[in-house]
Formats: sequence, C-alpha cells, structure tokens
Amino acid sequence: MHDLVAITALGGSEPHVDTVGTVTCTEVPKVALASVAARAGREAEARKALEKLIGASAPDVGQFGGDVVSAFWTGPDQWMVEAPFDTHEELAHPTKDCVGHTASVSEQTDAWTRFDLEGTDVRAALELLCNLNCQKMGAGETARTSIHHLGCFVLCRSTGLFSLYGPRSSAGSLHHAIVAAMKSAL
Amino acid sequence: MIIHHPLLGPRDSSEFVYLGDASLIDRPDWQDDDAVTAFHDYAYLRDNPAGLHRELWFHEGGDRSWLVVTRNTVTHEITGVELARDVARAQGRSK
Amino acid sequence: MTQDNRLSGGQIDRTKTLNFKFDNRSYAAHPGDTLASALLANGVRLMGRSFKYHRPRGVLTAGSEEPNAIVELRSGDRQEPNTRATTIEMFDGLEARSQNRWPSLKFDALAINDRFSNFLSAGFYYKTFMWPAAFWEKLYEPMIRRAAGLGSLSMQEDPDEYDKGFRHCDLLIIGAGPSGLAAALTAGRAGSDVILADEDFALGGRLNSETFTLNDRPADEWVAQTVAELSAMPNVRLMPRTTVIGAFDHGIYGAVERTGDHLATLPSGKPRQILWRIYSQRALLCAGATERPIAFENNDRPGVMLASALRTYANRFATTAAQRVAIFTNNDDGHRTAADLHNKGVKIAAVVDVRPDVPINYDYEVLAGAQVVDTKGRLGLSFVEVKLADGSKRTLDCGALGVSGGWNPNVHLTCHQRGRPIWNEDLAAFVPGADLPPGLTVAGAANGMMSTHGALQSGAQAAVEALELGGALPDLPKAEDAQVSQTPYWYVPGCARAWLDQQNDVTVKDVKLSHQEGFRSVEHLKRYTTLGMATDQGKTSNMGGLAIMAELAGKSIPETGTTIFRPPYTPVSIGTLAGRMKGQEFHPTRLTPSHYWAKERGAVFVEVGNWLRAQWFPLPGEMHWRESVDREVRQTRASVGVCDCTTLGKIDVQGTDAADFLNRIYCNGFAKLAVGKTRYGLMLREDGIAMDDGTAGRMAEDHFVVTTTTANAVKVYQHMEFVRQCLFPDMDVQLISTTEAWAQYAVAGPNSRKLLQKIVDPEFDISNQGFPFMACANITVCGGLRARLFRISFSGELAFEIAVPSRYGDALMRRLMQEGEEFNVVPYGTEALGVMRIEKGHAAGNELNGTTTALNLGMGRMVSKKKDSIGSTLSEREGLNEADALNMVGVKPVNSEDKITAGAHLMDASGPVDAAHDQGYITSAAFSPSLDSHIGLGFLKNGGDRQGEKMRLVSPLTDLTVEVEIVSAHFVDPEGERLRA
Repeated sequence: MHDLVAITALGGSEPHVDTVGTVTCTEVPKVALASVAARAGREAEARKALEKLIGASAPDVGQFGGDVVSAFWTGPDQWMVEAPFDTHEELAHPTKDCVGHTASVSEQTDAWTRFDLEGTDVRAALELLCNLNCQKMGAGETARTSIHHLGCFVLCRSTGLFSLYGPRSSAGSLHHAIVAAMKSAL
Repeated sequence: MIIHHPLLGPRDSSEFVYLGDASLIDRPDWQDDDAVTAFHDYAYLRDNPAGLHRELWFHEGGDRSWLVVTRNTVTHEITGVELARDVARAQGRSK
Repeated sequence: MTQDNRLSGGQIDRTKTLNFKFDNRSYAAHPGDTLASALLANGVRLMGRSFKYHRPRGVLTAGSEEPNAIVELRSGDRQEPNTRATTIEMFDGLEARSQNRWPSLKFDALAINDRFSNFLSAGFYYKTFMWPAAFWEKLYEPMIRRAAGLGSLSMQEDPDEYDKGFRHCDLLIIGAGPSGLAAALTAGRAGSDVILADEDFALGGRLNSETFTLNDRPADEWVAQTVAELSAMPNVRLMPRTTVIGAFDHGIYGAVERTGDHLATLPSGKPRQILWRIYSQRALLCAGATERPIAFENNDRPGVMLASALRTYANRFATTAAQRVAIFTNNDDGHRTAADLHNKGVKIAAVVDVRPDVPINYDYEVLAGAQVVDTKGRLGLSFVEVKLADGSKRTLDCGALGVSGGWNPNVHLTCHQRGRPIWNEDLAAFVPGADLPPGLTVAGAANGMMSTHGALQSGAQAAVEALELGGALPDLPKAEDAQVSQTPYWYVPGCARAWLDQQNDVTVKDVKLSHQEGFRSVEHLKRYTTLGMATDQGKTSNMGGLAIMAELAGKSIPETGTTIFRPPYTPVSIGTLAGRMKGQEFHPTRLTPSHYWAKERGAVFVEVGNWLRAQWFPLPGEMHWRESVDREVRQTRASVGVCDCTTLGKIDVQGTDAADFLNRIYCNGFAKLAVGKTRYGLMLREDGIAMDDGTAGRMAEDHFVVTTTTANAVKVYQHMEFVRQCLFPDMDVQLISTTEAWAQYAVAGPNSRKLLQKIVDPEFDISNQGFPFMACANITVCGGLRARLFRISFSGELAFEIAVPSRYGDALMRRLMQEGEEFNVVPYGTEALGVMRIEKGHAAGNELNGTTTALNLGMGRMVSKKKDSIGSTLSEREGLNEADALNMVGVKPVNSEDKITAGAHLMDASGPVDAAHDQGYITSAAFSPSLDSHIGLGFLKNGGDRQGEKMRLVSPLTDLTVEVEIVSAHFVDPEGERLRA
C-alpha cells in the first residue's frame, strides 16, 4: 500500500459542497473511470464484453447504464466506465481483462472532475450552463456539451440529480461557473 | 446554426470546429508519378462555391466525430450530414 | 413637484409612491410608471438635446422605438448612457440625467449649432473636415467627439453580473399583444412547449394602451385572465422584460431578458440581464406595429408626440403631456386618441386632419383638410400654426400635439436573414415578405392585421398552422374589427426644417440635398445623411425618408426599397454580450497538479494558453527574477531539479495499427520502435511545414503514449482524429487524451536517478543498464502506486519524466522535495526550463513557428522517404529545399556583456542593413548561467556551413547592433554524454 495522499480536483482533502436554494453541488472525487473503445471490426465482441462488465446492455447513443460498475456512451463504439473509487481504484485493469483485445482501454480517473447537482430546481441552473435541453433529459440519458468553453459530460441520473464531468485541471473554473449559475438562477 | 449529427441529432454549431472543403478526404497517393503536383493541388486548391458546399466539421465539444456537412453557403441551409468516416470508406479509402 | 398631469384610471399602483431624480431634481411616481410617463405626469416635457443642433427635445413615443428621450441612468460605476426613458421601469431611488447638453438642459451652449444649421446640413462633416489631412486626427476628430457624444461612459468597470442561458421550445412567440396571447393560449392548451417573450414589463401589448373592450369587458380583464391561465401551464414560459433581438440560423433567436434593470439594487449573485439563446422548432412574430409621424416645420419641439403615445400615456399610465392637446392626423386612428383624451378630461384644442372629408365631432373641433405648418415655444410646445382648408392660417394654443401618419408593421425580425418586406397598397406600408427566416411566421399587426379581432384570430390561426394542430381555434373574445386603410401623407408641403430622424437630426431638407448631390440608393442616403443610424435605428423615421426619396426620384416606394434590417432589434449592452466571460473568467483556467504546492512555495505564475504554470520559485532575498532562474538552472545542472510538465499534451494511441498510424502522422519512422522505448517525433503539416514535435513511448505492442507541445495539444489531437477518421478509416487505432489524467514531472540533473531510486519501488531497475536513455515503463512508486517512467531529457541532463495519477501529484511533488533534500533538489519553473532547452539547442514553439521545415530545424534527414507520412511529399518541394535555406544555429555575442534579442536580424559583418541583405533572425534568447553569457537560437541562411562566422545582430526598431558569432545550437554537452550517463 503506497503512502501518497490524494487531493481533490479543487485542491482539498475533503470534497467541496455548496448549497444554494434547493440545489446542492457536491464535488465527487471517489469515482474511478476507464475509457473503452472497440477495436476495428470487433465492435460486437466489445459490446458483449462491456455488457458482462456492467451487467447491463452496452449503452446506446446518449445513454448510460449498469450497476456498481456502469458505463456511459461517449462516441461511436466508445464508452466511459464508471465505478466507486474505493473498491475499483485501478478500474482500467479489470476493464482491460474483461474486454481483452476487443477494445482499447485507458485509465481516465483523474482526467475528469465530477460535480453532482441535486435538487428540485437543478434544471434552472443547468440552462445557464449548457445548451442541452436539460428540461427534456430523462434518467439514463447523457450528452457531451460545452460549459464555459469546457468540454463536459452531463448525465441525468434522475429528475433532480445530474452529474457533470469536466476536465480536472479546470475544476476551479467549472466549479465557479456552476455556483455562479446556481446563485443566479435559484 | 444547428447541425443534425447523424448519431446525436440536432447540435449547436458552437460545439463544432470547422475545417473546410470535404475534398481534403481525397488525399493523393504518395507513390503516384505526379504525386507532388497532386499534393500541391490537394493542399492549396479549393472551390469556393456560392451555394451547396461539402465541408468538414469536427464535433470537438461532442463525440469527436468528423462530419461531412452539405451546406448552402448563401442561405446556411444544411441539406445533409454524414459521418466523415463513412464518406471516406464510400470513396474507397481504407488503411 | 406634484403630479399635475395625472389622469384617472391606468395601470399604476397609486397606493405606493416612488421617488426618483431627473437632473438632480426630485419627483414622485408610482409602480407601473416608466421614467417617461413619470416625467410627463410631473409636467416635464424637456428631456434631452438633439445630437447635432442641440435642439430641445421631449419624448416622442411610449416604447422602445424612442429617438429623443435618451438619458443617462444611475450613477457612479453603474452609470449607463443612452437608455430610453420610455422603457425604463420606475423604481424607488431611480436617478437619471439628460444627455448631450452643457452646462444644463435648459441652457445648452452648443445650441448655437442650431443657428448655423445651414452649414451643418447632410454631409457637412465629409465636406468640411477633408483637409488638411493631418488636422483630422489632432483637431477635427477630438473636437467633433466632444461636441457630439450620446451620453458618457462611467470609465469604470461595470460591477454587475450578466448571464448567458439556453432555452428550447416548440414555439417561440415574440410579442404578447392580442395576437401573441391568442397564439400562446392556442399552443399552450395543445400541450406544446411555448416561450412567450415581450420587451415590456406588462404583457398585453397595445391592449394595455387602448380602451377597447373584449367580450364587452375592459381588455385588461381578458389580459389578466389569459396571463393567469398561461402562467399556470407548466409547458408555457412567460418572459416579460425580454427583447428578442435577432433571428439567427435554423430557428435560433437571441433574446435579452432584463432581470434586474427594474430593481434599485440587485440581490447578491443575481444578474442584471441574461442573454438567452432560444432554440425554437417554430417561431411566431407578433411584434405589432409602430405609428409613424408626419414631418412638418419645427415638428421636434417637446410636446410633439405620436398620437398613439399620447393615448398610451393617458390610458395605461394615467398621464398627459399637457392639459390642452391638439391632434394632427391623416387617418382614423388619430381621432381615437382625441376621443380617449377627451374622455379622460383633457381639453382637445382641435383635431387637424389632412383629409377633406372627415365628419365633425360634437365633443371637440375637427379641422378637415388642414395641416400643421409650424410650431412655437422655446423649451416646449406652446402653439401650433394650422393652415386651414381655405388657405387661411389659425393658431392653436396647446402644450402637446399628437401626430398620426398611420402605422408600420414591425417587420424587423422577418428581414434578419436578408429577407425583404413587400409593399401593401391598402395599408401604404411594408409588410413581411415571402422570404422569412425558415420556421418563422407572422401574425397580428406585424402582418398587417390592424384590428384587434384580426390580431386575435391570426395569432391563434398561426399557432395552429405552425404546430400543425388539428381542430378548431380556442374561444377568442369578441373584439373590434374596424377596417383600416391608410393613405400616405409623409410631410407637409413646403416644409424644410422638418425632422425625420430626430435622434440624428436629419430633416426633409437633408434628404432633398442628398438626392440633389446624387445619392440615389437608399443605402447611400442612409449613410450620407445618417438617417436611421442612431440608437433607435430609424424605427419612426426611415419610412418618411424613404418616401421622400422615392418621390424625388419619381419612383414608387417599393421600387426604392428599404435598407437592410440587422440585429439587434434594440441596443444591447456590451456587458450582456460578454456575460460571465470577463476578467479572470474570460477563459477557463487550468491548474497543474502541483499548483497548490507551488503557491505555498511562493512561485510566480505565468499563463501558458489556459494553463497557469510556475515561472520561477523566488527565494527570500532574491531581488530579480534572473537571480531565481539562474539559480534554478545551476542547481539542476549541478545536482537535480524538478519541474511540472503535466501541461504537455498526452494522447493514448492504441490498436493493432497504432505503430502504422504513428508512421503516418510523424515524418520519421516508428514501426520498428521496440516496446519499452521512446522516440522523438516530428509532425509535419500536409504542406511540408513543421506542425509539432514530441515523443512517443511504446508501452506495449499495440499501445503508444504520444506527447505534444503544451500549445498544440488540442490541435494535434484533432489532427490525429482527422487522419484516423477521414484519411485511413479502416485503421485499427483508438485515441484518447490523457493529459489531465497524469501528473507528470521532469526530474533532471546528475542526481536525478539517485533521487528517483528513493521513491521508485525496488523491484524496478532504473540503473543506466536496466533503464537506458529513451527507455519507458509502467512502474510503481512509494509502495505500490501505479506510475509511468520515461527516460527523456529536454534539459540535456540525465533526466526522467515520472507520471502518477493526478490526484497524487501534489503528494508526489512534496515527496520528491523531501527525499531530494540530501541532493539539494530545486524546483524549477518555465523560465529555467526555457534557458536549459536553449542551452541544449532543442527547438520549441519559437522555432516550430509555422514557417519552418524539418530542413530548417536541422532535421531534414529525419523525413523518411520510404513511407507515406503527412507532409512528406510536399516537404520535398524545390522551394523548401534551396541551397541557401535557413538552418537553425546558435548565436553568441562576441562581447559576453552584450545581449541577444529575440526578433533581431542577422546581417553580414559589413555592408548595408536592409531587408535585401537579411541573413536570418533570432527566435529564442536567454542568459545562460552555464556559459555565463547571453545566447540565442535562430535561423540563418545556409547556417549549417557558417559556424565561426562573425556577424551583426541588428534591430533597427530599437537601434540595436551587436557583434555576434555563429556557433552550434548545442551550447551544452553537444555530444550528449550527460543524458546517456
């Protein structure tokens, strides 16, 4: 067991939490990520392998699914696998073991920072952040979009809960934009 | 503008990066006898039509697909959007 | 002052009194007032001075088309010039000042311009300030700017916030008058997603200004009931105080919502305005119509207003501009104003109607076949002079004159995509043409449906058609359905100083003059006279100018055509367009994994693209950055230094064709690179010019880690996707950026291995034999943390780059510092990094500057001719391979005290110094602590063969001439012994 202590993307030892009105924005560092991209000509096999990994059918365009280990669609025959950090820190390894030579796998855990926005009025803040029609997004839907010039994934987990993944190095700028939008809209 | 991505549906053009004429897909063969001339034309010569134009757009803020968009440069009407990869394959490009 | 001009009724809340100041005088108003209505209620007619002649001006309209009542709002850093008093919603404590006058509104020194109006006619500036040319910048322009001025800026930063937002709907309805409300009811009840936007703070449009009944009840009852029903619909979003400013491509509309302008102080965190981008499936323009004036002599006196505006002030705002009012009209609508004012107890001096056959009225006098030929009154209207049907003159005593020349449909948004309106003979007005923005339809008065019944019906019908709803229209209230026909009457014959564009001071005479001088196109007329070019964009003036021009040219109005309508519909603050993108938030900031640690160390940061990187780490007592940088270089070369190089782009390239793919994107070969080895690679553009460089490490047979320069990371990734998807679509290769995933540190210097051996887990052999120069491997550190190690060197020293997952980057940096204490480890920043790479002769962004080739960079032989790679064919072009091509060289001053300056040019030791004798230029320069001299890198014609030559380095701009010697670009360790140690 190594002895290096992690910090969150916002630079703290504990995740940052902000509440404005009914909405809470929580920094979520305890998530592991790995990208999966099917090898040429082996797309069907890669889907099968991914299904085994997440226990659900491989997410279609704009969808996500799974259980403890889940995946969301990121591009044609490409997905991002998500899992709890504490139990799956080295997620890329089991993922690679599962897909074998049917897909390429890269560790993406610390390429991203995640903020969860939860609350009844969460969509009012989101419409100041991105051009997606978040009013119409249903649970299980995801899309990549730009938030203040940052390429971000938006995942609608339920009516009042959205996860935003943005580039880790810009966590401060993204967090500032989210909290400013919450203060403005709520 | 709105670009109807073949996989993702309508997306704002602000998510895309524009490259230019879709003829950039037709990269010449380096072993042809007149390769230097062919590459010169490929790199430097473009049509600039007032009307329908096939052009390359990159979904940088989305799924990172390159698209071939057929757009009227006068009205901005978009009459077709295809995955560039499919277009390239259809034109006989492979490895 | 008391509100002497208040009438009964209206939509103001008399239970509350609001206090406001205009030109430092206090007045009272009520909620529901605008600044203009409150000023009129308080008997203030004089509200500003005109732009050119500084003539006294009052309010002309009651809406956003206002040309005259333009004021400065608020004070201090919130001061905002050029706001329209007619659209400013009253709040307690509002402060406004008149503009364009000095020293005061009532006495304006520059009103003298009015006396010299003969000299200030159309084109005056073009004709007068032509010569001498040198006078323009120094004398004329400053003078004109001082005199002109439409309000002034605070010259301070705007402290308020502005937002941008995005909304989606099936149907966007622009305008909430009768047609817009009927459309919203229709679409809303059908379950469609509707946005109903209106620039006013009260929904209802003209219904708020009229005394019409709907279903035999006051119209405001139906408005209130309809707004209540719409508010209760979850699928309908009402957006009052929202101006739709432009119709853009593919159903996208821009809209400015004034969320905070009506508040005395903004709640913390709330925006003043929001710029909405509205994505609509369909849109419906229900923008109504604007009344047009008639031009006559001295028609710009305060108190001369549009008749419909007088009606709005009376019915909606319960105020009148004066106790005695006259009307000048060419149509029935003017009579409505007279009747409404009369019913409110205002004395009607007379209704002057140009038509000879208008019926008499028993409540007030009607002068048929008459015209207003002049007005009198110093700072406001006192009398109007009327020419009666029999040719005799009569003077009417009145404080206000309502003018009605008919109505123009508000077609602006229908023309935002180059559409042209068409002429409607019955209305004698332009109506929307056939070439509307796709998805847009028009209803109500904006489409020429001038009656209330017509507006309601066409609104509902348009919603049904736009959304393809089946079934009947909803129940709409019974409403007036008067036939409207308008006979044009643009100006009173014989007038000269009759104002068309009151804001830019353009008169009938100016239009005639411009015609006389040959400006025959309507676009030329506009620019020569400035008609319609003020902040109101000619909403009340363009038609008149156009009509007069058509008459002079002997053409019809449709033949003459309109100028092009462009967004925005009304002025938009720059702050609104900027939104949150200002100051620190202008672009996102990227922080390196060691940022917080570096901040604690007191690092000085520099912006590199969006990244903030440590530039150097000053120690106490160091007075100059050079001291810090020189120390960092010396200490690294003497022992060991650590630098955060996370910002370099990292791209994972995987797949069975990964090696082949790299062969295509790099000009040098990669197919034979062994697993566990790293190689330098140079990427060319297809035209043969160098694009980027970096390294690629082969982690597995089918897995490479490619690095790019910090600046080009995004571009290179995009280029690689282009090559993969568009050029070689069947290659089995997958790409993903891992730049942010890994914290990567360069550990450089003779003791770098010793330092790393303290943290790399013992099962990994990083000795020179076990891990030679250019090796790479997946390893673990600090007791099992996954890491990547590369033996690459940018400094020229024995060096490594070590990467761990970003979250551990902070801890790893602290550990390296701690473990490195025994070696006197030093953190170094981008400056020391730059100095060391110049000392070593490594090309960077300054050398890969978009004009240089592999040959120029001394890497010509790297371009493989045995394979196809991007740019390889065109790199062989003659022009890029001439005998005297530029080569990268090192430059040293002959006198070591002399400085080398980047950007300076190399000239022969003697001879002329000019472009024809230019030999090359310096791209990078630094002080080298290792050589104790300034040094530079640059490009020199045939430089490869000119080592030892003495030359002059010149910079004529800064009068610099330095004697230099051309040397090898590799100042330090040219044989590369250190990095292989």
